[in-house]
Amino acid sequence: MKIEILGTGCAKCKALEEAVKQAVSKIGGFHEVVKVDDIVEIMKYNIVSTPALVIDGVVKSTGKLLSVDEVLKILKTF
Amino acid sequence: MFDWWEKLSGYFVFDILGLAHKSQMGEALHFFIYDTIKIFILLVAIIFLVSFLRTYFNTEKVRVYLQGKSEFNGNILAALFGIITPFCSCSAIPLFLGFMQARIPIGITFSFLISAPLNNEIAIAMLFGLFGWQITALYIALGLLVAILGGYIIGKMKLEKYILIPVTPMEGELENIKIESSIKQRVNEAWDYTVDIFKKIYLYVIAGVGIGAFIHGFVPADFIAKYAGGDAWYAVPLAVAMGIPMYSNAAGVMPLVEVLTSKGMLMGTALSFMMAVTALSLPEAMILKRILHIRLIGIFFGIVGFGILLVGYLFNFILGGN
Repeated sequence: MKIEILGTGCAKCKALEEAVKQAVSKIGGFHEVVKVDDIVEIMKYNIVSTPALVIDGVVKSTGKLLSVDEVLKILKTF
Repeated sequence: MFDWWEKLSGYFVFDILGLAHKSQMGEALHFFIYDTIKIFILLVAIIFLVSFLRTYFNTEKVRVYLQGKSEFNGNILAALFGIITPFCSCSAIPLFLGFMQARIPIGITFSFLISAPLNNEIAIAMLFGLFGWQITALYIALGLLVAILGGYIIGKMKLEKYILIPVTPMEGELENIKIESSIKQRVNEAWDYTVDIFKKIYLYVIAGVGIGAFIHGFVPADFIAKYAGGDAWYAVPLAVAMGIPMYSNAAGVMPLVEVLTSKGMLMGTALSFMMAVTALSLPEAMILKRILHIRLIGIFFGIVGFGILLVGYLFNFILGGN
């Protein structure tokens, strides 16, 4: 799956990226993890708070720093 | 509400430690222990409650509600949403652009941008703990007024040309982004958040109350009135100017303000100061500078600053010199 982290570089955004990477390494398999920094790109997802987590184009969480476990839970539903 | 704790901490300081009643050291220590623990309890309780309620509101939802609202009504709604919506200044840019995409007028966006940091959970918890519910209610009510009118005026000034990034308005109505969570998840999330915030601010609280306790015990009660001109005309603008750089330290600054009010600082001056601390934040201005012309940020600060000044003067006038 394609996992995108939307964020303009705030501390929470970096922390979410870290959590996602850990979760992905736990779940195994090949997944694409992309950090989207460009605000114009971010706005295309129709969100107003960052960091946001997008999986295969679907917004899963906004304005929240998710823990590794929470990310795992979301990833497993795919 | 905290009588039991007043007695218990008094018993500890005066009976177990054996410090004399009315001694400066004893008074200062009693005040320090009493105030710190009281504030800690209230901080945890209020932040938990607010962050739990907030799991039901995200900024995306607010945008859906605000879309297509008329001016003024929209300003009122936006300011009210500012109380209950989680907001971090790092989200200011996507918020601003996202609201524009939804064709929400910038005046309404500014009402939200003024209200959200002003009514942050730390400020509300600290105010409640230090000054009681009446002052907290006044702070919220006047803060809303500044947010509503400030945003309304900014909206009337037609400042859209100062937005530096072109935004394409989206077509049609917005759909709510649905993110499901169970009650248990919400409680966990709220608790994690509370612990997180508490860890960030408890040292500031201890430092603030510590310095406050020192002032409380060792500085005479009419100090400010006598030496710093408690009711001088420049007290309010001075308080606002001093409040601007202190955003990240709200938790440490507020205990000091409480003590200063007992030493002759007028309540209106104190309210202005606290509003300046929360509403006029330099880090937020720096972030917004990436998408807004400096002139628009200047107008934003100017209008909010002016509103806060009025609040201070009005209060000092109504309440008089205590």
